Amino acid sequence: MPHEAGHFRSCLEIFAELSSYLDAELPPEACREIDAHLAGCGPCIEFVNSLRKTVEICRKYEPGGLPEPLSQRAREQLLEAYRRMLAARNDTPPAAPAT
Amino acid sequence: MASLERETETALARELLAGNVEVFDRFVESFRTRLFQYSYLMCSHREDAEEVAQDTLLQVFENFGQLREPERVRPWIFRIAKNACLMKRRKSVFAPTQELSLDELMPAVRQEDGPRKIEIADWSALPDDQLLRSELKDVLAEAIRQLPEIYRTVILLRDIEELSTEETAQILDISTDTVKTRLHRARLAVRQKLDTYLRAGAEVR
Repeated sequence: MPHEAGHFRSCLEIFAELSSYLDAELPPEACREIDAHLAGCGPCIEFVNSLRKTVEICRKYEPGGLPEPLSQRAREQLLEAYRRMLAARNDTPPAAPAT
Repeated sequence: MASLERETETALARELLAGNVEVFDRFVESFRTRLFQYSYLMCSHREDAEEVAQDTLLQVFENFGQLREPERVRPWIFRIAKNACLMKRRKSVFAPTQELSLDELMPAVRQEDGPRKIEIADWSALPDDQLLRSELKDVLAEAIRQLPEIYRTVILLRDIEELSTEETAQILDISTDTVKTRLHRARLAVRQKLDTYLRAGAEVR
């Protein structure tokens, strides 16, 4: 990344923090420094926009292939596990009162 | 969008904890596809992904009574899924961990007579409806599959499942700083692959 004179922090320095910047997980001061850098650095703005778009694309991703429909047998297996859990929980005696 | 889905999941989990079997099928359907998607990108094999989804749900129902905070049902389930994927991987070829270096993920810079420019595709030309194009989806899925496992699991949990940094750290038993570092490198690597794809498309046009 180019480093253009006059910027408070160099392109290289902000490069490692751009995801945290996009996720708003940086301390306010670091965030302001990156804002100040971006205000005068066209290449970094272009790069940040491409990174932001990458995250948006990931968030819009839907599976290309869906799983096979749940078979009756597999559903029964899950339902049985759920019912066993409920039964075991109901069988558990209540905790003894504190003395 | 994601927060609404999580509210629904929380409501379904509360009902299941209360013993309401009527929401069972809705709960299974809301998680089964997500679990399949996560596992498919983690394991790369469709059959493995189907098995991981079923094994995970089975463990979920066997242990449902241990879910103390219904609002955390999604990270709770994905922690089980992560372990199920690990078990599956142990049965297949062991792939050594490979680190992604920041240097290799930086764009090239060129400066001739004018201002410095980075070599980058025209991302602004990517309209929203193109995000759903199957070709782009395939490129994204392949870019994620090619990531080393430690990065792949972080980007899947953070950007696809939209879990928080803290939740991802708890699922993977790593620090939040490590989540942030791995996520950044994973995003940069995926960005690089998408950029290559977009530039190739521009050349064709």
